[in-house]
Amino acid sequence: MGGLEKKKYQRGSATNYITRNKARKKLQLSLPDFRRLCILKGIYPHEPKHKKKVNKGSTAARTFYLLKDIKFLLHEPIVNKFREYKIFVRKLRKAYGKSEWGTAERLKDNKPTYKLDHIVKERYPTFVDALRDLDDALSMCFLFSTFPRTGKCHVQTIQLCRRLAVEFLNYVIASRSLRKVFLSIKGIYYQAEVLGQPITWITPYAFAHDHPTDVDYRVMATFTEFYTTLLGFVNFRLYHSLNLHYPPKIDGQAEVELKPAEGKEYAMDSESYLEKLSALSASLARVVAPTQEDDVEMDEFPVEGETAEQMDARRKEQEALEKHKKLFEGLRFFLNREVPREPLAFIIRCFGGQVSWDKSLCIGATYDVSDPSITHQIVDRPQVEQQVVGRYYLQPQWVFDSVNAKLCLPVADYFPGVLLPPHLSPFVTEQEGDYIPPEKLKLLAMQRGEDPGEESEEEEEEEEEEDDNDKEEEEEEEDESEKEEEMKLKKMEEQKTQSNKALPVKVTAGKVRLEDKQRLEQEQQSEEKRLAIMMMKKREKYLYKKIMFGKKRKIREANKLAAKRKAHDTAMKEEKKKTKKARHA
Amino acid sequence: MEQPLELESDDDLTDSEESVYSGLEDSGSDSTNSSAGEEEEDEEEREEHGNGAAPEVKGAPRKSKALGADPPPKDSEGLSVPDEYEEDSSDEEDIRNTVGNIPMEWYQDFPHIGYDLEGKRIYKPIRNKDELDKFLEKMENPDYWRTVQDKMTGADIKLTDEQVDLVHRLQKGQFGDVHFNPYEPAIDFFTHEVMIHPVTNRPADKRSFIPSLIEKEKVSKLVHAIKMGWIKPRKPKEDTPTYYDLWAHEDPNSILGRHKMHVPAPKMKLPGHEESYNPPPEYLLSEEEKLAWEQQEPAERRLNFVPQQYRCLRAVPAYPRFIHERFERCLDLYLCPRQRKMRVNVDPEDLIPKLPKPRDLQPFPTTQALVYRGHSSLVRCLSVSPSGQWLASGSDDGTVRFWEVCTARCMKTLPVGGVVKSIAWNPNPTVCLVAICVEQSVLLVNPCLGDKLLYGATDQVLESYVPPEEERVQPVQWVTATSEEHSRGIRLTVQHSKALKQVTWHGKGDYFATVVADNSNMQVLIHQTSKRWSQNPFRKSKGLVQCVLFHPIRPYFFVATQRYVRVYNLLKQELTKKLMANCKWVSSMAIHPAGDNVICGSYDSKLAWFDLDLSTRPYQLLRHHRKALRSVAFHKHYPLFASGSDDGTVIVCHGMVYNDLLQNPLLVPVKVLKGHALTLDLGVLDVIFHPTQPWVFSSGADGTVRLYT
Repeated sequence: MGGLEKKKYQRGSATNYITRNKARKKLQLSLPDFRRLCILKGIYPHEPKHKKKVNKGSTAARTFYLLKDIKFLLHEPIVNKFREYKIFVRKLRKAYGKSEWGTAERLKDNKPTYKLDHIVKERYPTFVDALRDLDDALSMCFLFSTFPRTGKCHVQTIQLCRRLAVEFLNYVIASRSLRKVFLSIKGIYYQAEVLGQPITWITPYAFAHDHPTDVDYRVMATFTEFYTTLLGFVNFRLYHSLNLHYPPKIDGQAEVELKPAEGKEYAMDSESYLEKLSALSASLARVVAPTQEDDVEMDEFPVEGETAEQMDARRKEQEALEKHKKLFEGLRFFLNREVPREPLAFIIRCFGGQVSWDKSLCIGATYDVSDPSITHQIVDRPQVEQQVVGRYYLQPQWVFDSVNAKLCLPVADYFPGVLLPPHLSPFVTEQEGDYIPPEKLKLLAMQRGEDPGEESEEEEEEEEEEDDNDKEEEEEEEDESEKEEEMKLKKMEEQKTQSNKALPVKVTAGKVRLEDKQRLEQEQQSEEKRLAIMMMKKREKYLYKKIMFGKKRKIREANKLAAKRKAHDTAMKEEKKKTKKARHA
Repeated sequence: MEQPLELESDDDLTDSEESVYSGLEDSGSDSTNSSAGEEEEDEEEREEHGNGAAPEVKGAPRKSKALGADPPPKDSEGLSVPDEYEEDSSDEEDIRNTVGNIPMEWYQDFPHIGYDLEGKRIYKPIRNKDELDKFLEKMENPDYWRTVQDKMTGADIKLTDEQVDLVHRLQKGQFGDVHFNPYEPAIDFFTHEVMIHPVTNRPADKRSFIPSLIEKEKVSKLVHAIKMGWIKPRKPKEDTPTYYDLWAHEDPNSILGRHKMHVPAPKMKLPGHEESYNPPPEYLLSEEEKLAWEQQEPAERRLNFVPQQYRCLRAVPAYPRFIHERFERCLDLYLCPRQRKMRVNVDPEDLIPKLPKPRDLQPFPTTQALVYRGHSSLVRCLSVSPSGQWLASGSDDGTVRFWEVCTARCMKTLPVGGVVKSIAWNPNPTVCLVAICVEQSVLLVNPCLGDKLLYGATDQVLESYVPPEEERVQPVQWVTATSEEHSRGIRLTVQHSKALKQVTWHGKGDYFATVVADNSNMQVLIHQTSKRWSQNPFRKSKGLVQCVLFHPIRPYFFVATQRYVRVYNLLKQELTKKLMANCKWVSSMAIHPAGDNVICGSYDSKLAWFDLDLSTRPYQLLRHHRKALRSVAFHKHYPLFASGSDDGTVIVCHGMVYNDLLQNPLLVPVKVLKGHALTLDLGVLDVIFHPTQPWVFSSGADGTVRLYT
C-alpha cells in the first residue's frame, strides 16, 4: 500500500462534530453564557448518524454540535458583549464592596447592552422565514405579557411583550387574517394566515399564574429577549405592508370617540395609549388614506398545466375565503362582563363585526347595552333576567364555532343555559379511516350546503351511525379475516381427524358442501399474500410489519372511539326516554 | 435634709398630694411605744422649726396644720425663688436609717436595725405578738388591711387613703398622678409648614458666602476634561427598542443558516378534539383509562393532559402546566439534538414482492389426503420405496411399519426392540432392502413386499456373498441374521460400537453411510453391502456431524456439521468445498436431484439454499418457519422442496433450478400444510416426497404419518 498510516478519527464525520464542553472551551465562555448564545443564535445540537464514530469509539452519551456552527459563533460580536458584561458585573460588585456609590452609579449608566437585530436578519434571511418561525415567539410573548409586573422578570420586558402582542393583534384585525380559533383546556389557540403562512399561537386564560419553581425563568427570558426583537421587526414590516403607521396610531375619528368623557383621567398618558390600543375596538390610522375602491380585482393568470376544473376550484376557494373574512360583517355584538373580553373582541373584529362592552369593564366601549341596533349579546350565565327583544343572547362558544365552521351557525344550540354542543378542534383534518365524530359530519354536511331539518338530522345521525357500524364491521373483517381462515382450517382439520378416528367402524353419509366461490377466492388471495410476505427480505418485512401495526392500532383506536360514542348515545337516549315517561306519568 | 422639707412645703402649696414622708410621720405617731420613732419625729419637728414653720400640736395631721397655720411665709417663698429642683425630688430616700441600700436580712440577728443620723442605733420595735394576738388584731383592727411593715425601721405603718388610692392606681397601670392627663392635645413643635425664618437664630458662617476653592479646583478639572474630550456628556438613553424594515434588501439566495445541515425546528403539534374544553363525549377518559393514565410515566403518556369537559366557558380554570409546557418547548428548541429522519412513505402493499402465483406453479401438494395411524409414539423417520408403492416409518415405540401408500394400510409391523432413529429404502429399484438404524446397529431388512421375484432376487444377492480369504480388520461387525430374525425379514446386522444417528444410501444402492452419535473420527462410516465391508473415510473429526448424504450423480459426499457443510470428493479423497450455513445448528440437509443445489434446515428456524456453482454462502436464507426445522426434502422430478418444523407445519416451496447457469433459481413458497398436532413441543419430525407423484409425506410427534396430495 505505502503512504502514511491513516489515523483514526481524523477525517470523516468525527471531524464534523464537536462536543459541548469542547465547544465551550473553544469559545472561552461559561456554560450559562454558552447557553444564552446558543439560544440567541439558534444553535442546537445535532445527532450524528454514526454516534460511535463521532464519539471516537466511545459510547458515552454526549451532545454534539456541528463544528461549523461553533466556528461561526467565534465571530459573533455578541460574545464580546458577554465578556464586557462579565467585567461590568465585576466592577460593579467591587464598587459596591467599597461603598463607592458614585462609581456604582456611573458604572450602571454605562451598562453594556447589545442588540439582536443582526442575529434576526441572519437567522431569518427572508421575511417568510421569520413568519414561519413566529409561532413560538407569539406564544411566548402572549405568556409573558400576562405575567405580574413584579418578580419573575423585568417590567420593561413584560410591557414590551404586551405592546408587541397588542400590535400583532391589531395587525391581524386590520388584515383580517385570522382563520381558526380553538378553546382548549390549556388556553385559546388562534391560527392566522399571514402571507400564506399559517401562524398558530396560544394564549393562556386570564388568570393569575401559579409560578412553578422548577422552571428556569432565565432561559425563558433569554428566549423572550430574542422573540421580542423578532416580533418587533415582523410587526414593523407587517404594518408597512398594510400602509399602517408603526408604532400604530388609532384612527383620528375613533380617537375622538375613545376620549374618556367627563374629563376623567383613565390612566397615565403613556399607558392609556396602550390601553386604548389593547381595547381592540378602534381601527388604525393609515399612512395613505384608503380609497373606497381598494378591493382590486385580482387578475387571474392560468397556471401552466392547470385544468379548468382546478382553476374553478381555486376561484371557489378564493370566494369562500372572502366570504369567511366578512363573516360577522354588519353584526353588532355586545359582550357581557363575565365573558373574556379580549379574545372575543379580537375574533369579532377580525371578521368584520362591531363589538362593544360595558363602559366600566374597559376603555374603548363604543355603544351601550341599551343600543337597539345590537344583534347579538354574548352572555355566559345560566339565564338572563331582562331580555331585550330583537337580539340574540348567545354563549361565547357560538362565536368560536361559527368562525371554525366559516358560517354563522344556527343560534338555537347556543342560548344561555342550554347544554352546549361539543366544541371541536378546527386543526384536525380527518383522513380516510380516521374516526370522525358525528358532530363534525353534521358540520361538513352543513358546509356543503345541505340544510337538513331537525327531524331529518336525527335520521341522518342514525344513518351515519349505521354507516359507521358497517365500516367497523368491514374493518374488523379485514382484521380478523386471517384469523377466521385459520380457525376454519383448524375446524376442518378437527372434523377430518374426528371422522378419521371414527373411520374403522362406520362411514357417515357425506354432505353436499356449497362452495362459496367468492369466499374461496378471497381465501386464496389472502394465502397468496401471506406466502408472498414470507418471501420478503428481513428489513422490508420489519418495515411492513411496523406499518401494518400502526395501521391496525389506528383502526383499533377509531373503533374504540366509535364504540364509546355509541354507548354514550344509547345511554343518553334511554335517559331521555325515562325523563319523557316521567313527564308523561 | 432640706429637700424633703421644701418638698413638703411645695406639697402644702399645691395641696395635691401628700409625700410619703408625711404618711410615715402618721404611722410613726401610731406606734407610740417606739422611742426611736419619737426621737426621730422630734428631730424633724426641730428642723421644721429651723425652717421657720411652727407646728403647734405634735402628732396632729400635717395637712390641716399646714393649711391652717402658716400659708403666708410659704407663699412668699414660692414666689420669690423658683425651685429648680422641683422635678427631681426623691421620695424613696429614707434618711432616718443610714445603713443605705443593703439587704435588711443582715440585721436579722441584731436587736437594732441600723443607725440614725447621729450614729445611734435604731432598735427594732418589740414584737411580742403571738399568732393569737395577730389574729385578734386582724379581727379587731379595722385598718389591718392597710397596715404594712417598714423594712427599714421594722415599724408597722398604716397607709393613708391617698396612699391606698395610689397603690390601686398603680396596680391598674394608671398614672400615679390623679391629675395627669395622658391625652393632652399634641403641640406641633416641628411643623411641616415651611417657615420663612430659620428655627435657630444663629448667624450664617462665613464660608457660606465665599466660593469654595476645592470645588473650584474640581470643577475646573472637569471643565478641562470636557474641553479636551476626555469626558463626554451623558447621552440620554433610549430604552425602547427601535424597529425598522430589517428585510428591506432581502436576499432569498443567502443560505438559510450557515450550512446545508440546518434543520428548522419542528412546529408544535396542533391540538385535537380531546383538548377542547367541551369535547365530544367519546374523547373523555373512562375511569380505567384515567387510572392507567395516572400510572403511566409522564414521558410515556400519549396525552400530557386528561381531557375534561366544562359546561360553559365561564367554568374553565387556568391550566396549571402552561408555563411548564412553554418552558419545555424552550428546552426542546435549544437542547434537543436534531436529526433529519427520512419518513417512510411507502404503501405497504408495494413492499410485498411480486411473485408468480402459486396456481401457475402447480402441481404441488395442497390438501391432506391420508393419515397413517398405528404408531403409538412419535414417528421419527420415513422412507418411500423407489417404486412409490410402499412407505416405511420408524418410531420411538420400537417398531418399523410398512404401509401401502395408496390405501394407508399397514402391511407389516416389524418390532426392532429399540428407538428407530433413521430409516432408508434402497434407492435401487431392483433391490428390495431397507436400512434401519436401531441403537448401535443397522438392520438391513427385506420387507418382502411387492414383486416376489424382486425381493427373492434381493435375498439371493445377499446370500451369494462369499467371505474373502483373508479377514480384514473392520471398524464394525457384519452379522448374518439368525433364522428367527430371517423369518421377520432381517437379513444382515451391522453392529457399531456406538449408537447411530443416521443411515443413507448411495444412489446405486450398494454403498450406504452411517453417522454415529460421537465426537471421534469414527463418526462417519461407509459400508458396502455386497462385500460386507466398512471403512472409515476420515482420519480426523471436524466437529459433530449432523448428517451425511451422497451426491446423486457424482462421487461427492456431503457432511454437515453444526455450522458447515463439507463436500468431499470420494475419488480424489479431498475436500472440495466448505459451505457456510450462516446458522447456528444444522439439523438436516437435502440435495437437489441435479446435484448443484443443496438445502439445509437448521434448528434456528432457517432454511438455507446453496447454489454450489454460485458461492459457498447461501443463495437465499428462508425464514418461513416459526420454530426449529427438523427435516427438509427435495422432490425427485418436480421443482419442489419441503421443510417440516416444530411448529407443526410443512411448507412446500417451488424451487425452480434452470439449466441456464446465468439464471438464479426461483424460490416461491406455494403452500403451508398443517395437520400435525403439537406434542411435547414437537411438530413435524420428517418430511419426504413421493418419488413420482407431487405428494409429500410427513411424520409427526403425534404418532401419525400424513400424506398431502
